[in-house]
Amino acid sequence: MACTHAKLCHAAFGLTGESGMEHANADNRTQPEAPLIYRTKLPVRIWHWINAFSIFVMLMSGMSIFNAHPRLYWGQYGANFDQPWLVIGNHGDSGFVNLLGVELPVGGLLGVSSEGARAFPPLLTIPSHYNLAGGREWHFFFAWVLAVSATLFLLYALVSRHLQRDLALTRAEMRPSHLWHDIKEHARLRFPTGEAARRYNPLQKIAYLAVILILIPTVILTGLTMSPTMNAAWPWLLDLFGGRQSARSIHFLCALGFAAFIAVHLAMVLLAGPVNELRSMITGWYRLPQPKAPATTMTEDAA
Amino acid sequence: MTIITRRNALIGGAGLLLSGCDRIAASPSVREVLTLGEKATRTAQRLVTDRNALAREFTRADLSPVFRENGTRNPGSPDYAAHAAERFANWRLLVDGMVAQPLAIGLPQILAAPQRTQITRHDCVEGWSAIGQWTGLPLGLLLRRAGLSGNAKYIVFHCADLYDGAPYYESIDLVDAFHPQTILAHSLNGQSLSIGHGAPLRLRVERQLGYKQAKYVMRIQAVSSLADIYGGKGGYWEDHHDYQWYAGI
Repeated sequence: MACTHAKLCHAAFGLTGESGMEHANADNRTQPEAPLIYRTKLPVRIWHWINAFSIFVMLMSGMSIFNAHPRLYWGQYGANFDQPWLVIGNHGDSGFVNLLGVELPVGGLLGVSSEGARAFPPLLTIPSHYNLAGGREWHFFFAWVLAVSATLFLLYALVSRHLQRDLALTRAEMRPSHLWHDIKEHARLRFPTGEAARRYNPLQKIAYLAVILILIPTVILTGLTMSPTMNAAWPWLLDLFGGRQSARSIHFLCALGFAAFIAVHLAMVLLAGPVNELRSMITGWYRLPQPKAPATTMTEDAA
Repeated sequence: MTIITRRNALIGGAGLLLSGCDRIAASPSVREVLTLGEKATRTAQRLVTDRNALAREFTRADLSPVFRENGTRNPGSPDYAAHAAERFANWRLLVDGMVAQPLAIGLPQILAAPQRTQITRHDCVEGWSAIGQWTGLPLGLLLRRAGLSGNAKYIVFHCADLYDGAPYYESIDLVDAFHPQTILAHSLNGQSLSIGHGAPLRLRVERQLGYKQAKYVMRIQAVSSLADIYGGKGGYWEDHHDYQWYAGI
């Protein structure tokens, strides 16, 4: 145990020497003697940032497109005379969200904006003013970036065994008692430290796997299902999602899923130590968080 | 302390980013790059889609209870009003441009020709869809009858309506023009087209979005290039509102 830490420290200082960066003092909230480990490989980091940027552009241009018809339906068809399950609209100056027939007033948050009736306000859309053609241009360019980079990443993750080794849950982690323990620890904002922080924790793995294996494939396929040409090329898409309007609804729910993931992901980064987390996603080097109790033996080891 | 500074920097940055985004989005070179996405989409879709792959056809049970009207509801010109008053009895569809035999044909001839009926979904670029039953004359038949030139590359549809003061028109290439589901529809759900839906004739090109489905078609012109037609981008929405000419997605 102590030996491993010492070795890691040497490795870390070796990198410090090469890059000329002072890792040991980069984040004064972790103890200077905490070991740095090389946790995030270059392809993962590259994909993370390309994907993060694409997802933001897709969400914002997607809201631009949604503003053209801020109503969602289930089934093959759906237009103004049909029953929507979600509407974002307004009564004069106050916006509302109508979910499954229940109207929730949202004031000036949604439905209205300085530009008049807008489901999503200019602050959230690309372009910021109403421009359906512009929104579609951004959306369909970054759709390619998203789809191609996600495909390459998935291939890399399979071949390098990143998926099987780092992301897949172990048999022990899949036990309900283990998951329940992890949920309770998260709820108390107590995160793994020391050796346990070397690997992703089960809830983290589930969140990443849900994005990589469920949200991204589903958002791409439902996007294609909205294309009339793709319906002719691959008619099974319509059967898979139950029609174009269902696909549009699922596409929107995936977008909500991405937004929820981003919110939780960023909150976790802030709670776990933003400097350390950002450094690990930029340089790959991650400082293992140490338990709160003073770890005197470790200081001696490192020294 | 450092964190507050960083957050302030972030907030300031977001504001800059937003105005920056709009400036970036409006720049012609950025738009040029962005349209590469749509070009890639067109190429990829044409690659994976068989020339004759059919749009999904539905049953009468799937029809939208109300098929909403969209775009121009009535061209309103004196000429059009006169034809509508006569129920288009003296109206003629012109077929010209790069054809061996220009045609001027009336509704009775169109109704006497072989017909195709299809129940298909109309997809607006805005996101909504409506399912309707269309009956009409396959465009390919008409083009063969007129003796389409081997040099023609596009078919342009000139419409009776002005949209925002500009003539509505649309265009498709020959892959779509000769697609079995591409028809000049005169009926919706078994009734003659209403004025709101594009009487007497509207285009159905079922593998593309709604703005390609030109209403009030008066003249069909075969051309080798779209550059000399109005704004040169192949359609009203393309010329005036930057919609993509290829509307497969």
